Amino acid sequence: MRPRHLALLSLPLVLLIAVPLFLIAADMPTYGEMNPTFNYVVERYNERGLSETGAVNIVTGIILDYRAYDTMIETTVLFSGTIGVLLALKTGARRRGTLSGRRHNP
Amino acid sequence: MDDDTILNEVATRVVPMICAFGMYIIFNGHLSPGGGFAGGTVIGVAMILFSLVFGLRALFAMVPEQLLILMISLGPAWYALTGFVGLIRGANFLANGNAGIGLGSPGAMASSGIIPVITLGVGISVAITVTVLFVILTEAD
Repeated sequence: MRPRHLALLSLPLVLLIAVPLFLIAADMPTYGEMNPTFNYVVERYNERGLSETGAVNIVTGIILDYRAYDTMIETTVLFSGTIGVLLALKTGARRRGTLSGRRHNP
Repeated sequence: MDDDTILNEVATRVVPMICAFGMYIIFNGHLSPGGGFAGGTVIGVAMILFSLVFGLRALFAMVPEQLLILMISLGPAWYALTGFVGLIRGANFLANGNAGIGLGSPGAMASSGIIPVITLGVGISVAITVTVLFVILTEAD
């Protein structure tokens, strides 16, 4: 099969993903409309954020108190990214030819 | 590069100021815009400037390379160990106000419980990450 036919084949797949997304976007409430189904978290943060976290900076109060697990895993992402770069680029092992520093006997 | 007088003098005066500014951003994370990520990046940039001007050898004279690589895990470990304070006091992991930790008066330097402590952990993590990535990518050539 030539590449052009493959590209035509991808069109139904794109439509299959795009049409539900547009339907969901059309169903969303208007911006700024006070819809109690979607906005109670924001109201809770605005009304009781200062008294519950004690942080004047409400962003810090959210990311380090309400969302503290998320930020902890974010630091873990930084950690594992550094470990990955370290494994891929650290010289020494590279100089010996293989990533693990040992030669494989065929 | 080490015979450039202007570069050496400017870097000698500017690097401590950038570090102090980064610490200011980190420790005021619960009071003003900023926090661990922004302040840690500023400190990492100061380390990059230091090693660009004085060379990686001068950086390793302050912090040996093995120690620098070990310090990658310092920030996440600090953060996770702070979370156990909530467990010890009988609440959830990483609990702050629910664990009965005093939140202080809003706007004071020592307020909002464990938030400044874990901000420091995030700052350490980001600063070490930026520095280590620069060191590895420079050494890899």
